[in-house]
Amino acid sequence: MTATQDRPAAEIGKDRRRKEDQRLITGRTRWTDNITLPGMLHLAMVRSPFAHATITSIDVEAAKASPNVVAVLSGKDFGDELGVCINAWPITPDQKTPAHSPMPADRVAFAGEVVAVVVARSAAEARDAAELVDVEYEELPAVVGIKKALEDQVLAHPDLGTNKSALWVFDSSEAGTGGDVEAAIAEARTNGIVIEREYRQQRLIPAFMEPRSVVVDPTGEQITMWSATQIPHILRFALAATTGVPESKIRVIAPDVGGGFGGKLQTTPEEWIAWAVARRLSKPVKYTETRSESLLAAHHGRDQVQMLTLAADKDGKVTGFKVHLDADLGAYIAIVGGGVPVLGAFMFNAIYKFPSYRFECQTVLTNTTFTDAYRGAGRPEATYAVERLMDELAAEVGVDPLEIRERNWITHEEFPFTTVAGLEYDSGNYEAATAKAKESFGYDALRAEQKERRERGDRVQLGIGVSTFTEMCGLAPSRVLGSLDYGAGGWEHASVRMLATGKVEIVTGASAHGQGHETAFSQIVADRLGVPFEDVEVLHGDTQIAHKGLDTYGSRSLVVGGEALVRAVDKVIEKAKHLAAHLLEANADDLDYTAGRFSVRGTDQGVTIQELSTAAFAAHNYPEDMEPSLDADATYDPVNFNYPHGTHLCAMEVDTETGAVKMRKYTCCDDIGVIINPLIVAGQVHGGLVQGIAQALWEEAVHDEAGTLVSGSFVDYLLPTSADTISFDVVHTDEPSVCTTNTLGTKGVGEAGTIASTPAVVNAVVDAVRHLGVHDIQMPCTPERVWRAIHANDGDAPTPEAAMPHFEEGALNQDEGAGQ
Amino acid sequence: MIPVKFDYLAPTSVEEAISALGQHGDDAKILAGGQSLLPVLRMRLNAPEVVIDLGGISSLRGIRDDGDAIVIGAMTTHHDVRDDHLVKEHALLLSKAAAEVADSQIRHRGTFGGALAHADPAGDLGAPALALGAQFVIAGPGGTRTVEASDFFVDLFETAIGDDEILTEVRIPKHTGWGAHYEKFVRVAHQWPIVAVAATVKGSIDEARIGLTNMGSTPLRATASEQALAGASATEDGVRAAADLAAEGTNPPSDLNGAADYRQHLARVLTGRAVLKAAGV
Repeated sequence: MTATQDRPAAEIGKDRRRKEDQRLITGRTRWTDNITLPGMLHLAMVRSPFAHATITSIDVEAAKASPNVVAVLSGKDFGDELGVCINAWPITPDQKTPAHSPMPADRVAFAGEVVAVVVARSAAEARDAAELVDVEYEELPAVVGIKKALEDQVLAHPDLGTNKSALWVFDSSEAGTGGDVEAAIAEARTNGIVIEREYRQQRLIPAFMEPRSVVVDPTGEQITMWSATQIPHILRFALAATTGVPESKIRVIAPDVGGGFGGKLQTTPEEWIAWAVARRLSKPVKYTETRSESLLAAHHGRDQVQMLTLAADKDGKVTGFKVHLDADLGAYIAIVGGGVPVLGAFMFNAIYKFPSYRFECQTVLTNTTFTDAYRGAGRPEATYAVERLMDELAAEVGVDPLEIRERNWITHEEFPFTTVAGLEYDSGNYEAATAKAKESFGYDALRAEQKERRERGDRVQLGIGVSTFTEMCGLAPSRVLGSLDYGAGGWEHASVRMLATGKVEIVTGASAHGQGHETAFSQIVADRLGVPFEDVEVLHGDTQIAHKGLDTYGSRSLVVGGEALVRAVDKVIEKAKHLAAHLLEANADDLDYTAGRFSVRGTDQGVTIQELSTAAFAAHNYPEDMEPSLDADATYDPVNFNYPHGTHLCAMEVDTETGAVKMRKYTCCDDIGVIINPLIVAGQVHGGLVQGIAQALWEEAVHDEAGTLVSGSFVDYLLPTSADTISFDVVHTDEPSVCTTNTLGTKGVGEAGTIASTPAVVNAVVDAVRHLGVHDIQMPCTPERVWRAIHANDGDAPTPEAAMPHFEEGALNQDEGAGQ
Repeated sequence: MIPVKFDYLAPTSVEEAISALGQHGDDAKILAGGQSLLPVLRMRLNAPEVVIDLGGISSLRGIRDDGDAIVIGAMTTHHDVRDDHLVKEHALLLSKAAAEVADSQIRHRGTFGGALAHADPAGDLGAPALALGAQFVIAGPGGTRTVEASDFFVDLFETAIGDDEILTEVRIPKHTGWGAHYEKFVRVAHQWPIVAVAATVKGSIDEARIGLTNMGSTPLRATASEQALAGASATEDGVRAAADLAAEGTNPPSDLNGAADYRQHLARVLTGRAVLKAAGV
């Protein structure tokens, strides 16, 4: 596969503890909120309590008179300098996009939207004064929930005339990638199996550990913004594009950032307001949100209703899959907004050889917090739908869920394989991952126990859930993004700086916020360049240092940013070789490079990369056709996505008396190609699993009919802790399916656990009680929903809403709130 | 999360605290560990002008033997209640319930009296205190008075403690040798209980005392179940039949974690489980 195979790989594959952890864990580092500048002022936001209302007046006099208040500003105090919040991915040319001011002057469209900002000398004084701002509203009818939005009776934005923003369609018969799905369904209705289901992807809140925070300093030559963001480069571009400040006058710094999960892949109203206030007052300002504000107004994730029709022959070989999604954008179309469900379009066919496929996505606007990327972004939704349905198909055919998958999946001999959605999967081995997972899980023994418990009528039933997922990650080939009307490319940039003392600084455009870039990238450079791991410093997140980049999301940093780094390192080696040949008075073709040293083949003469760095710095003696520098840059644009996959097996115990569920065992065998640092991978997988399990069992953002966020604190928005999870069994295939489109052979892993685990858990819960007549339980599978599903038919638990297997016109079951 | 500005008083005696309360009246709130009060202040759901911290009054901490009762100082932490040998010997139910309060950090800060005086119907200590027939010693300007548990809990977040009074200690009649179990039903470990049942039984079964958490605006006794259990033998079928009466007279809330009818179902199931475990079956 790669050039690394003929080098001693001391670092790649090593369980390096993360070099960044000490400062991150102890907090002895620079987060945005602990940046303090001379004369800095503090902001507090005044937010609308109403989901939809006209602002009739704002009286700021009392707030202005409050101690140490410097200014109180509302939308009408600003003109164009406030800028706008952008949508960088209009999914169709006719997409209806509401204007999105960071601080609207006339009308609010969701509860939590900022209507005024208080500037004071301390954060406490700003907060006190914010309570004195007297805003009068005239409440307008609010539209909440996808079903209501589709009715177009109440409009989220009356000026648009509809809540329907865009309809995005992919059809394999039109694209030439497959057959006609309607024909397949018609055939299956007479001569096969048709499974129709409606699944709900509930709304989620990313709930990163560090709340969002922004500091703006307008006092230098460049205006500097520090922000707890995943995307400093995109943020800089968007500030320049929307506020009229030249890009060259803007510096954005993402210092250490405490998690994102997609929730900090955003350009936020609060950043734009802080920017405008700092410029207006010519003073540094800081805004740090409270946790309550974060849950309310930082973007939410998921929120789809999926209507699914799967056609198969009588043996369970799928002949067609039709998907219609309705996706709730919330009140505005956020930066990637409608693109998130579209990312799922290519993944509903998953690891399978479906001959026909149609995907439609209708995005809708509602008077709720806007939605955008959340770990997995489009792919968890797709994986959930198809993996739930494969279990349903197995039940219908009467075979083991693993068997039904095997009848449909791409076999390892068939790679590279072009799917019905038009992607070319370069490598994979579903058989190997499944075999290994099955063995490690103890599949047969757990199935035997399940049988025994069923026969015994045990109060606690056991279920086994399967999820054989794949995903497309490593966002993204720029040309593909262009064809989807995305507003930017998907390349990444890296620089290698060879310092005079032989140490190495590398600069990456991928902006870490907890992933471990500093460690993994150091390992890559240490191997490739043959320098000690400790000698490599990884710099990122400051546009003055990392001047080019497209940041961190979509499991892209290693597979795109890492490849850029490899290419930059290779350029350094080429330059160094030229210098070495000169200094050694040898022909470059006679030099070998191993472990950081050029040697003249057949002699003991040589020179180290560190000596060459010093020589280039001194520049006393170097070839005439060379600049005295070993430094190099590379910008890498991937030629394809990459396709990690894995088999996840989950055993859940269900207490049939209470509906309580308990995880018994979870095994995942992920094939992610070559692994740079197994410890970091284990961390990504464990954390990802918990996040996906949490969607299955615990998390749900709920708005009431008026558009008020009911789950507005961690008392009601349930996040799990270590006390709620078990120790996962994380294994990998013995011979990974190496990625063929990057030098290192790596595939992304940041989202894999989240994408895979949700359907595995729900499949297990449903499997535990399927014999009691249950074939669906809405997420999150609360004890109450499980209990009601079990007892739906025995008169013990009166409610129809917990399980809704088939969809019918006008019978959407899961739109309003908790569905209870 | 910044609270509204307040003055902070740290009295060192009960008398001083009562005097401060008398002086500031409605404008003051008592800080007794702060695990509920501080979030309320930080979220600006309440904005007292004065916070009176009882943490400096050493006489309010500790647990002592007082003949037919044990006496728990109001400022004793949940952690200390859980681990105390007198509590384990004479009021095992309290030890078991204190072990289930929130998480370890909160158990080291939050106090027994603070939680009871806060009277959150989802709090873990009201139901066992009620089941054990606790007596609440309340000090005010005119001296102290004792209130029975059945009269102490008045409504949501409301007790018999007057505006100028402080809960100083709680007397728990000894239930030496009684089996006990606190059955708490949650979705995640650190959550307030959706429903919980505090059960303690003498013998198997001479007498049963059962308290219900979060089944109404105050902690409740499962009186009908208690009566059905008295003198019954601790068989699974018998206990479950008695437990089926546990939801009688309850009026639980409906929220994201469960509708009222589901909570009543849980109360019945959990009562059976709690009693069986308390009886060692």
